Amino acid sequence: MTRKKIVHPYIPNSSPEVKARMLQEVGAANVDEFYADVPSALRIQGQMNLPAPFLSEAALRRHVEGLLRKNTPAQPNRNFLGAGCYQHHVPAICDEINQRGEFLTAYAGEPYDDHGRFQTLFEYCSMMGELLEMDVVNVPNYDGFQAAATALRMACRITGRARVLIPDIISQDKQSRLRDYLKPEIEIIVVKHDPSTGGMDLKQLESLLSSTVAAVYFENPSYLGSLEVSGTEITGMAHKVGALGVVSVDPISLGILAPPARYGADIVCGDIQSLGMHMQFGGGQAGFIASHDDEKIVMQYPSRLFGIAPTRLPGEYGFGDVAYDRTSFAKREEGIEWVGTAAALWGITAGVYLALMGPQGMKEIGEGILYRTRYARQEIGRIKGVSTKLFSAPHFREFVVDFNKTGMKVAEINKALLSKGIFGGKDLSQEFPWLGESALVCVTEVHTQADIDLLASTLQEVVS
Amino acid sequence: MKDIRVERFTNGKPNLRRFHQASWDEPVIFELGQPGQRGILVPEVEEGIRTRVGDALADLPEGLRRKDPPKLPEMAQPAVLRHYDHLSQENLGVDFNIDVGQGTCTMKYSPKVNDQLARMPEMTELHPLQDESTVQGILEIMYRFEQILKEISGMDRFTLQPGAGSAAIYTNASIIRAYHDSCRKGDQRDEVITTIFSHPSDAACAKVAGYKVITLYPDADGYPDLEALKAAVSERTAGLLITNPEDTGIFNPRIAEFTQIVHAAGGLCSYDQANANGLLGITRAREAGFDLCHFNLHKTFSTPHGCGGPAVGATGVTRELVRFLPVPLVEYDGKKYSLNYDLPESIGKIRPFYGVAPVILKAYAWVMALGAEGLREVAEVAVLNNNYLMKKVLSIRGVSAPYAAGRRRVEQVRYSWQKLYEETGIHSDEIGVRSADYGVHFWTSHHPYVVPEPCTLEPTESYSIEELDEYAAILEQVAGEAYSDPDLVRSAPHNSTIHKIDHRPFDDPQQWAITWRAYLRKTGESR
Repeated sequence: MTRKKIVHPYIPNSSPEVKARMLQEVGAANVDEFYADVPSALRIQGQMNLPAPFLSEAALRRHVEGLLRKNTPAQPNRNFLGAGCYQHHVPAICDEINQRGEFLTAYAGEPYDDHGRFQTLFEYCSMMGELLEMDVVNVPNYDGFQAAATALRMACRITGRARVLIPDIISQDKQSRLRDYLKPEIEIIVVKHDPSTGGMDLKQLESLLSSTVAAVYFENPSYLGSLEVSGTEITGMAHKVGALGVVSVDPISLGILAPPARYGADIVCGDIQSLGMHMQFGGGQAGFIASHDDEKIVMQYPSRLFGIAPTRLPGEYGFGDVAYDRTSFAKREEGIEWVGTAAALWGITAGVYLALMGPQGMKEIGEGILYRTRYARQEIGRIKGVSTKLFSAPHFREFVVDFNKTGMKVAEINKALLSKGIFGGKDLSQEFPWLGESALVCVTEVHTQADIDLLASTLQEVVS
Repeated sequence: MKDIRVERFTNGKPNLRRFHQASWDEPVIFELGQPGQRGILVPEVEEGIRTRVGDALADLPEGLRRKDPPKLPEMAQPAVLRHYDHLSQENLGVDFNIDVGQGTCTMKYSPKVNDQLARMPEMTELHPLQDESTVQGILEIMYRFEQILKEISGMDRFTLQPGAGSAAIYTNASIIRAYHDSCRKGDQRDEVITTIFSHPSDAACAKVAGYKVITLYPDADGYPDLEALKAAVSERTAGLLITNPEDTGIFNPRIAEFTQIVHAAGGLCSYDQANANGLLGITRAREAGFDLCHFNLHKTFSTPHGCGGPAVGATGVTRELVRFLPVPLVEYDGKKYSLNYDLPESIGKIRPFYGVAPVILKAYAWVMALGAEGLREVAEVAVLNNNYLMKKVLSIRGVSAPYAAGRRRVEQVRYSWQKLYEETGIHSDEIGVRSADYGVHFWTSHHPYVVPEPCTLEPTESYSIEELDEYAAILEQVAGEAYSDPDLVRSAPHNSTIHKIDHRPFDDPQQWAITWRAYLRKTGESR
């Protein structure tokens, strides 16, 4: 059987005539000549064993759409999952901008060819700076896990110490990431929480602090949604022994909540997925790190930092890399950690989001989430055998629902909810065995009173 | 006036466009808008909720309440759109230019159909913790794509979790560390070997993982130095992190000897295949003796670069190392797909959840449009394009391709403008700035500049012969200007969005301004 030669639409020079012309031009008999340095023992014999392709675009689309249709997208009004990935409303303009080929298909051009990328990312960092009340924000790194891990390494380099304190209420996945990334030289010590508030146990913290500690890290809100109300005390205690306060926040809360700089944070970090990124099965994460404009701290960032500068034309703005010689691009292993491709497009998108929201939008969304969280806690807490009062502190967006007294497992409850089209909260029974059968429920600005009431009434049916 | 068609691609002559980059004199966003303007409205809290809850802010301690509203812009929606549209026009994506000048970056065509598929709600609106029964489609795509990568590399299992190439290199270093720890040799094996023409992250990530880095330089012919490797290995060797072909475009024919030598010393070998574009269907990590490898899906596998991510660095390992992979792995029992966390020796999590799923989806769709024959066609045309462009470029005055004289290159070439610099005083980076005046990218190279006055060109499979001719003609034009009118090149850009930047503030802590608020503070300007 003779097979028809395919001219691939993605490969302009795949027509036999053009190839022949090019081979002739370079004086090669065939393409094998270009692989003369690849020993024959290393050459693949014959063809790779891959699935047959869908050569036409129509067939390809049909195939991939067929696979995707096996998924059930989360309906905003029926989804109560959070735990690090959030279904906020994504403004249409966010998608409009990040789908533009000029941004979507660009990479690492210089300030004269890719001025737009430099300015949009500078503006993203600047808007984050306003939200955080800090003068230095990095070009995004991979995600909130990496941001926390790097922030702690920064704190160790700045203080010359190798021990960090973290709360016990933290995503176990994030803790796993920290343990891997801080190896081998940095020791992680876990501080217990105060069982009444959910915040850090200040007594234990006091006993663990010494002049060997580089940083005290905490999150606001915590992984379980409770707010840390003792931020000022914690950073104060850290500073007293010469350690830094490192705080992770979700910037979507900062229109209403105080930025950590106000309670003494030296380095702030987190994930920006909430700011205009679709959930994408966890593909919308991007990390930020911020600090005050202290040279000692700035020189410890591994990330790109974009700065603004004058050009030859008075009043015109140019952009470029600040302190580039810090980076591994400039100095390989002598640079700070490493820098590379991460999540720049999500930084551009988050900038668009903040520009759309403005101060009023950020205030309203923060306030709205506080109201809905409180409402959902209250209504679900009314169900017999169900408690939402694990911690007394106010909560933002998420809270623990304790099902232990219902005699049911979260897995069973969530299965029953799913049969009614509702995605119940994250099952915490594996992650925090001390909570028994508990779930982490999440509400955002997309949930209406009716949505929350439906969750409460369905839970009521399921557990009774 | 001159008829501009004389510069167009007619009669077999390449274009020399009268390009000018968009230049909107676009203000910084804080200079736009008016107090009280709104870009989007947020769903209101219903009265029913307010009544039932009372004052939700009442129990917020004073210190946790924001005092002053953030000084964000206040802009109407169309104004935000136009601002970002203006800035987008001041940016050059692959969609707009002959992007062969960012060598090592594999700036190939990202098919639009794949972007459209990734925008379906069945992709965008998936929460990673949804019940597995509701995400069978995306798990199937991840599983299928892993099978594809196994065949392309010869490795036994992959994780798709790392968020880009450097994250994958770090993952590899972490797996190497876990392996030696499991053999109780972790303390003794504290050195990693790499080469100067491997990506800077091969050195930098190994250092973060706790290793001392030994960097090999090329031998006289430009090949990684086998004798230097023999001298470097010892009982302290944990691993080799190496790329091939190197950034010079030269394939190391003794690569199997390299891996044998490191194995004999007890180390593991990790293949940086960030850019495997010239080798698809030609040669694999497995046969060269590697224990680990990684592919950048945003390079070889066509997913758009997004100005620098989101991305995926897919990491593959041999059977012996599967137990150390990050969790979870995607499994298939013949009926359903599931996430497997049961890997007690796993290095843990590399990122939240499972990887950048839309990027995996796009890479999968790209492979499925091409198949085995198509992937090999990608490699062969990329290599043909590269050798064709090399022939054209080497005919330009002042440029050379150091090392391996007379030998072919794989998918890219590291050139040197040293001769042109000596004869005109024009540096490689100045050629880059002037090239931008003609509407294309041009990148020097990673530091250090072992090749003097370097530039790296990588034509991939995505550009036509006419476009390659056009790119070469632009370089020829700029090189000609360097000889005839060096000040024209030195004073570039002339057709850019902006004029020449004063770089001094970027390295001066008193002047650098990483945010607008810092700029206002340091320049004394007010809002």
